[in-house]
Amino acid sequence: MAEFLMPSLGADMTEGTVTRWLVQPGDHVDRGDIVVEVETDKADMEVEIFEAGTIEQLLVPQGEKVPVGTPLAIVATAAAPAARVALPETSGPAPPLAEAPKPAAPSPAAPRPRATPTARIRARELGVDLAAVHGTGVAGAITRQDVEHAALRRAPEPAPRAEGRRLLVSPRARLLAGERGIDLATVTGSGPGGSITAGDVERVAAPTAVAAPSLPSGPAVEVPSGRPRAAGRGPIAALMERSNREIPHYYLGIEVDMSRALDWLKAENRKRPVPDRILASALLLKATALAAHEVPEVNGYFIDGGFQPSATVNLGVAISLRQGGLVAPAILDASAMPLGELMRRLQDLVARARAGRLRASEMSSGTITVTNLGEQGVDFVYGVIYPPQVALVGFGKVTERPWAEAGMLGVRPVITASLAADHRASDGHRGGQFLATVAKLLQEPEHL
Amino acid sequence: MSGAVKTTCREALRAAIREAMQRDSRVFLMGEDVGEYGGCFAVSKGLLDEFGPERIRDTPLSESVFVGAGIGAAMNGLRPIVEVMTVNFSLLALDQILNNAATILHMSGGQFNVPLVIRMATGGGRQLAAQHSHSLEGWYAHIPGIKVLTPGTIEDFRGMLWTALEDPDPVLIFENALLYNLEGELAEDAGPVDISKARVLRSGTSLSLFSYGGSIPKTLEAAVQLESRGIDPEVVDLRTLRPLDTATIIDSVRRTHRAVIVDEGWRSGSISAEIMARIMEESFYELDAPVARVCTAEVPLPYAKQMEDAALPRVETIIEAAMNVVGGNG
Repeated sequence: MAEFLMPSLGADMTEGTVTRWLVQPGDHVDRGDIVVEVETDKADMEVEIFEAGTIEQLLVPQGEKVPVGTPLAIVATAAAPAARVALPETSGPAPPLAEAPKPAAPSPAAPRPRATPTARIRARELGVDLAAVHGTGVAGAITRQDVEHAALRRAPEPAPRAEGRRLLVSPRARLLAGERGIDLATVTGSGPGGSITAGDVERVAAPTAVAAPSLPSGPAVEVPSGRPRAAGRGPIAALMERSNREIPHYYLGIEVDMSRALDWLKAENRKRPVPDRILASALLLKATALAAHEVPEVNGYFIDGGFQPSATVNLGVAISLRQGGLVAPAILDASAMPLGELMRRLQDLVARARAGRLRASEMSSGTITVTNLGEQGVDFVYGVIYPPQVALVGFGKVTERPWAEAGMLGVRPVITASLAADHRASDGHRGGQFLATVAKLLQEPEHL
Repeated sequence: MSGAVKTTCREALRAAIREAMQRDSRVFLMGEDVGEYGGCFAVSKGLLDEFGPERIRDTPLSESVFVGAGIGAAMNGLRPIVEVMTVNFSLLALDQILNNAATILHMSGGQFNVPLVIRMATGGGRQLAAQHSHSLEGWYAHIPGIKVLTPGTIEDFRGMLWTALEDPDPVLIFENALLYNLEGELAEDAGPVDISKARVLRSGTSLSLFSYGGSIPKTLEAAVQLESRGIDPEVVDLRTLRPLDTATIIDSVRRTHRAVIVDEGWRSGSISAEIMARIMEESFYELDAPVARVCTAEVPLPYAKQMEDAALPRVETIIEAAMNVVGGNG
């Protein structure tokens, strides 16, 4: 058996296109016969063969461009008839033959799919199983294009990290992730071979979320199932379990017309330099803090069988972490804080929470917690209280709704504020007053 | 700060030999063709006229003999500079270098130092084929009892010799022959330099390129091209392969977290392998990518120009290795 190779028809020729085969499998050829026409960058040439024998197989279909040295055909010479299995794998690193059938491939007894050498190389590169590819080349052979099409069809699923496969992580990245409590399974690698580098870990630890898009999400949301249990979930799980076991929750909700607040905010932000602009989240937080100050039954701790109201409002803000998990650090004395300052604290808190640099005092000092799930499209939040606090305030998304006021029907941006409160510390009457106060305050945004 | 003069590594080295001869009457130069012919790389041209045949000595073509003679002279109070034409020929004197020069201090119980300097040309790239082109300095760096210097800059061609002569023990200087013609600026008052420290030739943050000898200009050029791709490489000239300045190497890795070693030697059992091992031993947790290296292909160095070029480290292969190590995020 002999291979008939793409010849070099000039010193600078690196590849050639098979334009026409002049022989077919089964044809007898003699030394010097013209067997194929090849097009190079410079000319079309007729190529002769130097072996005598029978054309066993054409490996490169017409129209395909291949590098010099690529086997074009297999010739069964008189001395050695072609062995059908041993296809040449000359270009590219040749893997051991035993490796060639992919795990999903048919049993060893099944015939090896007919494919061009370039198709085989490409299939290896793209991880395509040749047995599943339909060939469009000569005699049904699989061409490089067939492989690439097959790879494209399969592409939409972004190859998930196979379970049990060890993540590629640089030693430094592993060290950093350990120090900062980052779950490496949540980090996308950008290093050599897709490995996770220190830079990748740092990006997860300190995302460029300084422009805090909205009030972050809170405890009512579960991370999608199937993910490994994320760092930080353990303590939260215990706390929430305790909350639902011990605290008799009641829930109230109120729809709030946000048109005045948003109009005012728009006008106000026009006056502010870009970095000082205020997000609607800050308005909601400030209204909540002021209302909690007015209705002290929702602001404080339930400890040792009794409610202890707090003189200041330390507003806990539920922040979901990118790598999973949840924290609710507090903005201290939020009710007394000017809006601009509150905004800055919020941005700072989100950035530090995601960088894992919160202070212990912030973690334990909240007297009431706010969670905003509007960004996730939630309408109504049925919150779970953060023990030993006694209330959790939730905000949904702002949506345009028909709204009747003073006998007129209009379309207004509306948000639903909800309260989950501890019935041992307050009742529905006071809870209702608290929500009504939030709603009222949001109608006078200039006083916030 | 005094002015700078334009010169070549060859002239800088000749100036160093001349200075050593003038400063210390115990210093003399010997080797094949160093006198009448002026040295096969013309390093000692003119020195015979200046210092006479007593101090610029032509020797028979027997490396074992004249290296041995140098060892004897050094033990008896002189300060010989022995020139061996190329590192390939030095193997004929390997017994003298390894079994005598490197061990006599130890074997004599500390009675006899061997203050000998052996200079030899090394490296490929001149189409001198497989018996004149190899880079075996990494081999010599394996031997305790000697020091191995690999100048890669004009300053070091000018300054390493005197410091080597001052050393009480044998010092081997490997001069990459492609560098003899390297032109550059040298301070007018340039003189002896330290031989115990690696030197950061270019500070950077993206990765460390460790290099020495004939690979230094290539590495610096690669660094310039990498910079235009938004990568900020550090270039460290190892300068001395034995003893290795591990502290400077590790310090650089701690700052850049990535390393590529450029070594004209063959990779198996090479000095680059040793450096990789030390980086792994001492800064494993600092690494953000596998350490890579650019070495000479493991073949007897070819004669044909394009094949020789393909076998040796090149600017492009250094860039390629650096890009691989840096990965997608610069």
